[in-house]
Amino acid sequence: MTREPRFDRTGRWVGASVPRREDPRLLAGRGRFVDDIALPRMLHAQFVRSTIAHGRIVAVDLGEVRAVPGVVAAFTAADLALGDITALLDRPPHEFVPTAMPVLALEKVRYVGEPVAIVVATDPYAAEDGVEAAVVEYEDLDPVVTDTAALADGAPLVHAEAPRNTLVDVSLFATEGIDDVFAQAPCVVRVRTKTGRQNALPLETRGVVAAWDDRDEQLHVQTNTQVPHQVRTVLAGCVGLHEKQVRVTVPDMGGGFGQKCVVGREEIATAAAALRLRRPVKWIEDRRDALTAAFLAREQRYDVRAAFDAEGRILGLDADVVCDMGAYSCYPFTAGIEPLMASAEMPSVYQVPAYRVRGRAVTTNKAPTAPYRGVSRPQYVMVVERLMERAARELGIDPVEIRRRNLITVFPYTGVNRITYDPGSYRESLDLCEQVLHDEGWYDVRARAVREGRVIGIGYSCFSERTGYGSGAFAQRKMQVVPGFDISEIRMDVSGTVSVTTGTMSHGQSHETTMAQIVADRLGLDIARIKIVQGDTDRITYGWGSFASRSITIGGSAVAAASGKLGEQLREIAAHLLDADVDATELDGDGGVRLRDDPARRLSFAELADVAYLRAHLLPKGIGPGLTASASFDVAGDGTFSNATHGVVVELDPGTGGVQILRYVCVEDCGVAIHPQVVEGQCRGGIAQGIAGALFEQVTYDDAGQPLAPSLMEYKVPTAAEIPDVAIHHLETPCAFTANGAKGAGEGGTIGAPAAVLNAVNDALRDTGVELDDTPIARETVHRALESALENAHV
Amino acid sequence: MSEIQLVELTVNGERHDLAIEPRRTLVDVLRHDIGLTGTHVGCEHGICGACTVLVDGAPVRACLVFAAQVEDADIRTVESLAEPDGTLSDLQREFSAHHGLQCGFCTPGFLMLAEGFLAERPDATKEEIREVVASNLCRCTGYQTIVEAVDACAARRRSG
Amino acid sequence: MKPAAFTYHRARSVSGAVGLLAELGDDAKVIAGGQSLVAMMNFRLARPEHLIDIARIPGLDTIVREGDALRVGALVTHHAVETADLGPDFRVLSEAMRWVGHLPIRTRGTVGGSIAHADATAEWCLLAVLLDARIVVEGPAGRRSIPAEEFFQGVFTTALEPDELIVEVEFPRPAPRATLTEFAERQGDFAIVAAAVDPDAPRVVLGGVAQVPLRVPAAEAVLAAGVAVAEVGEAAAAAIDVRDEPGASAHYRRALTRTLVTRACEEARTR
Repeated sequence: MTREPRFDRTGRWVGASVPRREDPRLLAGRGRFVDDIALPRMLHAQFVRSTIAHGRIVAVDLGEVRAVPGVVAAFTAADLALGDITALLDRPPHEFVPTAMPVLALEKVRYVGEPVAIVVATDPYAAEDGVEAAVVEYEDLDPVVTDTAALADGAPLVHAEAPRNTLVDVSLFATEGIDDVFAQAPCVVRVRTKTGRQNALPLETRGVVAAWDDRDEQLHVQTNTQVPHQVRTVLAGCVGLHEKQVRVTVPDMGGGFGQKCVVGREEIATAAAALRLRRPVKWIEDRRDALTAAFLAREQRYDVRAAFDAEGRILGLDADVVCDMGAYSCYPFTAGIEPLMASAEMPSVYQVPAYRVRGRAVTTNKAPTAPYRGVSRPQYVMVVERLMERAARELGIDPVEIRRRNLITVFPYTGVNRITYDPGSYRESLDLCEQVLHDEGWYDVRARAVREGRVIGIGYSCFSERTGYGSGAFAQRKMQVVPGFDISEIRMDVSGTVSVTTGTMSHGQSHETTMAQIVADRLGLDIARIKIVQGDTDRITYGWGSFASRSITIGGSAVAAASGKLGEQLREIAAHLLDADVDATELDGDGGVRLRDDPARRLSFAELADVAYLRAHLLPKGIGPGLTASASFDVAGDGTFSNATHGVVVELDPGTGGVQILRYVCVEDCGVAIHPQVVEGQCRGGIAQGIAGALFEQVTYDDAGQPLAPSLMEYKVPTAAEIPDVAIHHLETPCAFTANGAKGAGEGGTIGAPAAVLNAVNDALRDTGVELDDTPIARETVHRALESALENAHV
Repeated sequence: MSEIQLVELTVNGERHDLAIEPRRTLVDVLRHDIGLTGTHVGCEHGICGACTVLVDGAPVRACLVFAAQVEDADIRTVESLAEPDGTLSDLQREFSAHHGLQCGFCTPGFLMLAEGFLAERPDATKEEIREVVASNLCRCTGYQTIVEAVDACAARRRSG
Repeated sequence: MKPAAFTYHRARSVSGAVGLLAELGDDAKVIAGGQSLVAMMNFRLARPEHLIDIARIPGLDTIVREGDALRVGALVTHHAVETADLGPDFRVLSEAMRWVGHLPIRTRGTVGGSIAHADATAEWCLLAVLLDARIVVEGPAGRRSIPAEEFFQGVFTTALEPDELIVEVEFPRPAPRATLTEFAERQGDFAIVAAAVDPDAPRVVLGGVAQVPLRVPAAEAVLAAGVAVAEVGEAAAAAIDVRDEPGASAHYRRALTRTLVTRACEEARTR
């Protein structure tokens, strides 16, 4: 292994935008998504869901349901007697209150859409007829609909065990003397903001097909999850099976973005119904349920002050963060996911000498939350970037210049948050982004706009994104279930082709291609001869799935390590057969092993595999038959930080409040890009979701906790008409400890976009005296700001 | 469940005689009665466009049509685009070349939308293409590469 | 999101459809393109026991110019209007179609369906009032023709009797300078406010500010006076009676009205 270079740029695969292995089947309509699966005698499930936000269940009458033609069965929580889903943190009671999420609501309902009973029928139409026939009697309880209501004195309690509706209350950092810092600082700015609740909204909704297999003595659950092994663990526990009696496999997935990286109640209930009925049962979430009852995210309130010296250097950051996590903690992350992320990482890309933070998770009578692409970072980056702009304005410093004065430039840098940041291009990305917008003439456009009666602004965001959280980093969050490592197993068959397992779970990120590229370079084998195996708990020892931009950094490193071990085996066998020292051999980059000093003497992998399997008597002593290897990878330190600067030009329409993005520039650095086109795709897609959060999407409720956005008419996912083209520029600061120098690239776009858009809008509003800090930005709010400025101008 | 109706559909040139409830939407019939699962279901209220197919050449939301309504029509799904041996069409190849798909769930809808649109408007400008691409939702790509793929396909077809 | 069960009927003639409507009463619903109805049925917000499919009735899918008038059959799709060559006299109809949903909606959605559905922000409803259209309907007693302004009565409520069918919309006069514009956060969405003007009539019609497409006589008077277009917008904004609603305050709707009417007038003046 010591002969391996730190990161491999000599191979022909890594760094090349090769055609995606996934494309042909997906383009031909020959993929296999969960709803494409049909099994003999399969039944279809739908759920009776709570119609009120908060209440006690008095009675559930499914008699009429069972009489509906086509309905085969209907079960309540009591009928199925399932265990709860409970996610835990190792934190004291004043910091964390554990709460259980029953698979089906048992005594209380805590949000509109909460599953109360499962109806199983011969087709989905009949299942829905059955759901309509259910009679559930509730005793209404006062709903808690907002974070402020949750924290109010005398508020009704969503969970009796959680006083003040607080599930998490942590104060991770409090630099000594920080109050003095603020008292003496020449400039203190403050941002108070509320960010809208969002839905990650994978275009494919959640779904599962579960069937008991008598031959395998297994419950086979095909589900579109980002975390197959975690589903297996929870499911086995809930239904009382050993884990070997449960097999979770994942078909093609139509996106996830975090919504599918937690264990869903419906997938457990559907599997339980299949087990009970001994017939296959399918559940496909419909869009209304996906909008109202699936896991949501992002509703946060920040009150943050920043102290600056007269030259614009930041002296301290003092933050209070409240995250509205809805009705339940998600498994395995808990309701701590958002406040802990914000608390740990808020100092962002800046040299912040003093830091105090309190982070809270409150529970409300709204659908529960899960991690969503970026997890708190889109929000706190927005807050920190607003603070920078505000201080710049107050101190009369250029907003780009004030960032320059504060960016971390010497690496590794250990922050006030005790995180060590590995090398990045924070300063370089900002400089380049600004230069691009200058060179393209946008500053001239902005200057001319005033004369032309146009309203144009330019905004930036600088950020980094921790990717590749290892077990140590997650342990610091004090999760009781600690993700981090990944294991890969590689197997070469008789013909010299390989299959490689990964514990990560692609749901659109192209792992079948990018992981194969990594293997290809490690073994010197064409990617056509490499198969990536993912999403099967029977074939993969253990995996943590895909989230937190961990797949290429950790999964890719494990895959590389396993490939390297197999390469060693191949060289040992070849050395023996060629009668040479192992050290005299090398992989030839073309599917074979040769002698370094006599390249003509070569054995192909097929020839070596032939010996390993079919003529094992020829193998060297000490090497058994077969060609397999396995390796694991974990990150020992604090992970690796991707970084980027986004620059945005917007134009506002004073007549309507309309916001149009004229230009979007992204300068990103995710280390070595395995597949640059895929990296750009991740950037653009992430940016689109970030713009969506800044300008379009919001899950809203009325005072009774009834969802006000039950369709895509109200929940405004932006289209090609709203999302601009994005110019991407790449910088490359290789990571020192991942196999290929790669850093994660899955979330950055989403993280940077809201701040840049908000800053651009505020720059456009610079002469109005109005500053907008909440998202999504309502067009009416923009209109009012411009209108009031016009009125003032006329006075 | 209600009464069963005999419905005759022509899909990708092939005739199917079906005995189905009239309430079954075209997309459900295509996917689950005929077994053409390439057309996807994303919202069932006509916004996302994942279910877009061609009906008599025009792009249509298959979730907003009952199968019973389109008897005698010529229905085309994504499965009709590639050659029987799996060779992808020019449009499909451009989607791959431009990375116009990631998870691939919305892709059949965009392909059929573009296929129908370009047949009617082979000279469409990139801005017109963008406006039509805005008919469907994609959550992965940010749309730019879809617009570029369709534009490239149109340009290639025009040039020959 | 699967619709409730229904019985499907296919009408072959207008009289056949009317006969079915008379027989089945309130339990029946007419379907043409179904672009609003099927979505509502999938949500089970509409659950007719009978669906009468009129899409194959011959003769209802033509656009005919007769003297000054343009007669648009009820089954003509938005996309057919969008791509038809209606000449300068009725170009506003083709141009306005780009605001109707998206292409795959326009290929199925029909003029008659849109008018019958009577969404107060729907482009066809505005256009009908703007151009003094007459809605031609047929019932058991034969045909009658209803002025658009009388046809739209309230939220999704029209003068159409349960046993009547829209067969045609007649636009009686050319409107070469008429324009329509609207504002929504997202392309293809129903407008927050839509504005249509015809300086020759003169007509100013608004969507999204009342339960029906609203003519604004006060603004029409200003438009007729030929003063600055901003004054027409101002007059329209002053004349409407709107309330604060989630998503848009009265003040904002008024402001959008001012902007959109002004812009529609500006565009009209260039013609």
